[in-house]
Amino acid sequence: MIIAVASGKGGTGKTTVAASLALSAAEKGPVQYLDCDVEEPNGHLLLHPEWRQSRPVTVFVPVIAREKCNYCGRCAQICAFHALAVLPEEVLVFPELCHGCGGCRYFCRQEAITEGKREIGRLEKGLAGSIQFVHGRLRIGEAMSTPLIEAVKENAAPDILTVIDAPPGTSCPVIKTVTGADFCLLVTEPTPFGLHDLALAVKMVRELAVPCGVVINRSGKWDHLIEEYCRREQVPLLFRLPADREVAAAYSRGIPAVAARPEWKTRFLNFLASLEGKDRCAS
Amino acid sequence: MRELVVLSGKGGTGKTSICASLAVLTANKVLADCDVDAANLHLVLEETKLNTSSPFYGLPKARIEETRCLACGLCAHLCRFNAVRGTRISSTDCEGCAVCYHACPVGAIELPPRQAGEIYFSQTKYGPLVHAALGVAEDNSGKLVTAVRQQARRIAEAENRELIITDGPPGTGCPVISCLSGADLVLIVTEPTRSGLHDLERVLELAAFFQVKAAVCTNKWDLNPEITEKIEALCRQHNVSFTCRLPYDPQVAEAVCNARPAVQYCSGETVEGIVSLWDGLRTLLENKTAPDNRPPEQEGENACL
Amino acid sequence: MKVAVCAQDGSLDAAVDQRFGRCPCLMLVDTENMQWEAVPNPGANSSGGAGIQTAQFLVDRRVEAVLVGRIGPKAMSVFQRAGIRVYGDIAGTVRETIDMYRRGVLPLLLEANSPTHAGMEEGRSGR
Repeated sequence: MIIAVASGKGGTGKTTVAASLALSAAEKGPVQYLDCDVEEPNGHLLLHPEWRQSRPVTVFVPVIAREKCNYCGRCAQICAFHALAVLPEEVLVFPELCHGCGGCRYFCRQEAITEGKREIGRLEKGLAGSIQFVHGRLRIGEAMSTPLIEAVKENAAPDILTVIDAPPGTSCPVIKTVTGADFCLLVTEPTPFGLHDLALAVKMVRELAVPCGVVINRSGKWDHLIEEYCRREQVPLLFRLPADREVAAAYSRGIPAVAARPEWKTRFLNFLASLEGKDRCAS
Repeated sequence: MRELVVLSGKGGTGKTSICASLAVLTANKVLADCDVDAANLHLVLEETKLNTSSPFYGLPKARIEETRCLACGLCAHLCRFNAVRGTRISSTDCEGCAVCYHACPVGAIELPPRQAGEIYFSQTKYGPLVHAALGVAEDNSGKLVTAVRQQARRIAEAENRELIITDGPPGTGCPVISCLSGADLVLIVTEPTRSGLHDLERVLELAAFFQVKAAVCTNKWDLNPEITEKIEALCRQHNVSFTCRLPYDPQVAEAVCNARPAVQYCSGETVEGIVSLWDGLRTLLENKTAPDNRPPEQEGENACL
Repeated sequence: MKVAVCAQDGSLDAAVDQRFGRCPCLMLVDTENMQWEAVPNPGANSSGGAGIQTAQFLVDRRVEAVLVGRIGPKAMSVFQRAGIRVYGDIAGTVRETIDMYRRGVLPLLLEANSPTHAGMEEGRSGR
C-alpha cells in the first residue's frame, strides 16, 4: 500500500506528518519511507537513517563526434529547449537545458550524436530503526527533477506500507510523485493560506483519481475554515494535530512529533486501520 | 528604482507574512507575487481588487490528430517520457520536446498553443500588485516568474515608483533563479530548524553566484536559540550584509486568519522587529554603509538592530 | 560590416532594447551603406534558452558584430566560439547606436554582463 503525503503549500507540516506516520506504522509492521522532495529532502532530519548506499542518478546528454559532424545545424533546429548551438566549425551543448528527449540523436543524418550522461543528483538509501529509508538529493540549480523522483519511487516494494513524502505544491514533480499512490494525505494549516492552497491540491489529486483525505496541522480555533471547505467539497477530514509550541521546538531539534507527543500515534494508527478496513471491504 | 526579493529556501518560514508587513511600511512601491505555484500575498493585503488579467502561454505540448494518424506507433516508440498512450498523449507526461511532431511520417501530430496560467494586475490597499497563477501540473514556472517581474518593473517605470517588493517562490530551483537575477537585494526569511539552516545555505550560495546582496531574518528565533546562533554564524561566513530576528508569535497566524498584515494586527516585539527589519533593508537599498552587524545579545532585549 | 542591434521596433529611429534574448526586434544593418533589415527576434517568446536561440539565429545570418545592452553567459559563449564580436553600452536609437559603434565608442565585451536566467553554466564543446 502506497500512501503519498502532499500539501498545496510548503511549510504546513508535510514531512512532520509523513515521518510520524511512518514511525507509528513501524510499530505494527514493515515500513518504507521514500522522500521524493528531491530539491529539499528533509525526512532524514527527523528519521535519522544510517546510510547504506549512495549512487549518482544521470540523464541523457548529447555527445557530438566532430569527425562525423557536417555542421548542418539540424540538431539545433530540432531542439525545443535550445540546448544546442551550431556554429560554422563547432557545436556547443548547454547540458543543463537538455531534457533528454533524444531528438538530436534521432534526427542527425550523419549519426554524429551519441548518448552521454549527466549527473542530476544522488539516490541514497539507509535504515532508520526498522524503516527502510530512501531519498534523492538534487544537484543545486538543477532543473530536471523528474528522473530522480522516479528513481526514488522505483524502490517501492509490494506487500509493505510505503509512505511517500511529496514535494510541496501542485506542479509537475508533485504529480509524478503522487501518481500511482493508493491514497494521498493532504496536510494543511487552518489559515487562509492553507485553505487556498489545499483547494489547489485537492483539484490536482482528483485529476489523478487518487483518493484523498485532509489532515489539519497546527489545529486550533480557525479549523472551521478547513472544516467548511471539506464539508462543501466532500473531502474527508481525517484527523488533526494541535498547535503545540513544544512540538515545533522539538521539530527544530530533529525530533519527530510522535516522539515528542507519543499519544498522537493513535491518530495515525486509527487512520491506517480505517484505510485497511476499506481495503479489505473492496477486495 | 530598486527591487527587493524575499526568499525562504524552505517553505512556511513566514516569507509572505513578512512581505505583507513590508508592504504596509513602504510607500511608493509595486508588489510582485512570484510564488506562482501557490500565490498567497493577495490574501492578506486588504481591499484587493482585480483590474485585468492576461493569459500566459507555456511550452506547447503534442496532440495527435486522430483523423490523420496511421497508428504506426513510431511516436510511442520514440517518446522518452512514456507520454503516448494509443492515440492519446498525456499532457502531464509530455515534455514538449516535439520529437514525435518532427518524426511523424504523415504529420498527424500538432503542437497547439497552450495557456499554462494567467497573470493578474490588482490594486490593493498598499499599492499595485502583480501576481499570477500557474495551472495545476504545469511546468516552466521560471518563465512565468520572469513575466511577473517584468510586468512589475513596467508598472514601476510607468508610475514612477522607487521600489519593487517581490514575494519569491520557495526552494532553490529554476523559479528561484529566475527571481534572483537582477535583484538589488535579497531578504531570506528562515526558521531555526535544521532544514531551515540547510536550505538557507543553499539560497546563500545562489545569491552569491548571482552577486546579489543578502539580508537574513530568522523568524520564530526563540524556538531554538542554538540553531539561531548557527544561522547567524553561517551568515557571517557568507558576508551577509544584515541579519535580524523575529520572535515566535501566535498572533501572526491570527493576523493571517484575519486577512491582515502582522504589522497592522500584532503588537510589541513582533512589530518592533519588523520595523527594525525594514530600517536595515532600507539602508542597504539606499546603498549607504550597512548597519553594524553585532550579535543581538550584546544589544540587550531588542532582538533586531 | 554587417551588425545586429537589439531594438524595440523595426526602424533606424527605433529605440534600442537592453535585453539581448528578449528584445522584440533585431535590426541587421550594413554599416558601410546603412542598408538595413528588421527581423522579429525568434527568442523573444521562447520558454527557455532565449539567448541561445537569438544567438544561433544571428550566427546563421552571418553577422560580424552584435550590439547589445545586457547579455548572458550562454549567448555570449555562442558568439565567442563563433568569432563574432559583441559590443555593449547601446543607447538611444538604432541610428545613434550604429554611429557610436562606427566612432569606436562602444566597449568590446569580453564576457557576459548579465547573470544567467537558467542553470549556472556556460556552453561547452559538444565533444
